[in-house]
Amino acid sequence: MVDATRQAGQMSARDVILARIRAANDAASVTGAARVPDVHGYRIAGEHLQGSDAVVDLFISRVADYQAGVHCTDGDGVPALLASLLTDDGRVVVPAGLPEPWRVAAAGDGRELLIDGQPMTISTRELDEMDAVVTACRAAIAETGTVVLDAGDDQGRRALSLLPDHHIVAVRAEQIVQLVPEAIRLLSADRPLTFISGPSATSDIEFNRVEGVHGPRHLDVVVIKGG
Amino acid sequence: MTGVFVGMPGESVAYGTGNLQGSRSFPEAAGVALRDAQLRSNLSRATATIRAKRAAAVAELPDWERLREAASAIKTDAMSRLPELLEQLEAAVRARGGNVHWARDAVEANRIVTDLVVAKGARSVVKVKSMATQEIGLNESLLAAGIEPTETDLAELIVQLGHDFPSHIVVPAIHRNRAEIRELFVREIPGAPIGLSDEPRELAMTARAHLRELFLTARVAVSGANFAVAETGTVGVVESEGNGRMCLTLPETLITVMGIEKVLPSWRDLEVFLQVLPRSATGERMNPYTSMWSGVSPGDGPTEFHLVLLDNGRTATLADPAGRAALHCIRCSACLNVCPVYERTGGNAYGSIYPGPIGAILSPQLTGVRNKHDPNASLPFASTLCGACYDVCPVKIDIPTILVHLRAKSVDAGRRRPDSEALAFRVMAWVMSSPGRFSRAERLLRLARIFSRGGRIRRLPGPGAAWTMSRDLAAPPKETFREWWTRHGRPVR
Repeated sequence: MVDATRQAGQMSARDVILARIRAANDAASVTGAARVPDVHGYRIAGEHLQGSDAVVDLFISRVADYQAGVHCTDGDGVPALLASLLTDDGRVVVPAGLPEPWRVAAAGDGRELLIDGQPMTISTRELDEMDAVVTACRAAIAETGTVVLDAGDDQGRRALSLLPDHHIVAVRAEQIVQLVPEAIRLLSADRPLTFISGPSATSDIEFNRVEGVHGPRHLDVVVIKGG
Repeated sequence: MTGVFVGMPGESVAYGTGNLQGSRSFPEAAGVALRDAQLRSNLSRATATIRAKRAAAVAELPDWERLREAASAIKTDAMSRLPELLEQLEAAVRARGGNVHWARDAVEANRIVTDLVVAKGARSVVKVKSMATQEIGLNESLLAAGIEPTETDLAELIVQLGHDFPSHIVVPAIHRNRAEIRELFVREIPGAPIGLSDEPRELAMTARAHLRELFLTARVAVSGANFAVAETGTVGVVESEGNGRMCLTLPETLITVMGIEKVLPSWRDLEVFLQVLPRSATGERMNPYTSMWSGVSPGDGPTEFHLVLLDNGRTATLADPAGRAALHCIRCSACLNVCPVYERTGGNAYGSIYPGPIGAILSPQLTGVRNKHDPNASLPFASTLCGACYDVCPVKIDIPTILVHLRAKSVDAGRRRPDSEALAFRVMAWVMSSPGRFSRAERLLRLARIFSRGGRIRRLPGPGAAWTMSRDLAAPPKETFREWWTRHGRPVR
């Protein structure tokens, strides 16, 4: 018999740990592949279609439960809505791939507008001084009132939607799915992901939820129906 | 499979070290905690709040039980294929530009992290709340190397500023109420507003102002991980405040310390854990922020990523067929919040940073128990076996059964030299096997009435003292049932 501790001298931590696990699984008489795939039976598709009125309504009510602002408009109404949501903000930052009409609206009423990456990346310090950020999103989940960002061109890098105190995120109705599993299927591990459910919050003092700690203290979700 | 043979199980078992046990047994520590009226009131209020929230969030899902089944099955599968999955995870993280390190125990993990920070020339790090780094005592190690760690989660900051010990897995400062936190902030945070009130909102704003500059200037961040997907190399952190996003996004170097049991086989497994974890932990449909990253992303976030895979007693736990399910834990704390024992004693009585029912089965398995005087030997007995923990566990860990299993193990370990308890039970068996002996014993028992007051015995002398240490004994009645029966005769039909 070879003693593990004696062998450990020549083995890397990696090899030792892997050997320990194999020995432990042998000791517990466990062999691989204990799982029968896909017999879990939990809901993997909602009863409502992606982007349907029912899903959109559920999403709106769940976002509102988080003390976030939630606003509905059609495609043509987005610029006017953005302008009204930005009235208290003097300096606005947007990702380079944000739709042109939205960008124009963000720059209206004499607001200073910075576009990340055009011509250059904004420094963290400068980003921290911005009042608001406007982004799109990759997907949204109705049941949990969640918006998912994947750092696409119309969303920008992660710091962009983190440092300004006011985040306005636009969600197209057809991006909204009912359930978490439906969203997971839309997302890719190739991109950094941020799931956002309401504004920054903490439950650390007596388990009471308080909105607004380190992330944006104000979250406005703009839901775009049709066109 | 590898050809390496590691000897007999038991001989090769390597236990964990770090903040996994206290200096006193649970009954001793609990005795102190139970006399703290403020602590009991803070705990009872906070756990009642979260119990109601969790129950409502769970009741909303028609497939909750199916999700629990799935979570349990995924974890059982992951543990059975752990070597392959960890190798797959390592390869996937490396393929996406990350680095992977392996740590046998707390000392090795601390050395790896400290060396990485030193190599970056940083004198400070910002930290995301992490049980793994609490477990290994990373902050103490960094301080010893002249590196200043700052906890950025509000509750962890409260614990750090108060030179306190975390008493809950999700809300480490649950033992502190708003007035105590206000006092701490005024004393410890330079520039805290003079007229600071104890409103949670104001306290949170004080933390925001205090930490913002640190987030903007930190060069190295240290985090834990809620899960890592073997298939894709994706690591995830679930949080509320945005301090996690700050740490995971702004510094140029990110170091993540993760227990080896946190690995999930496939991308789709996320859909289960992203549903069960938030509802179980804070009673929310979804926590405010969840971040997921795979290695490094050019132009977005850290340029250097290190993943440290930690054993520290996990493989020892895995070797016990009945106890290994403790490793399925996703650190949601639902079992703490429903536990009648935890609610009264608080987390610090458990000695380990893993308190409550899950701590009672996890801590002694991670550290091993040398003998019955080992503080962790008392943990499996810190339960009424009421089963509430099993009912709420999102991964269906049968905590009561593992508690009983660990109790049996500790009794078996002491079998060679019978103690007073074993002796007492043997005498009892002899007495109860004869009607005459039993009747004489009953009459003898009546003598114990001299120790009673108001119908209760608070303290027995001699070896009986162990029984009355943590419970009162009802005084034996003046007359036994047999005597009453004889006096009244048989009932007339």
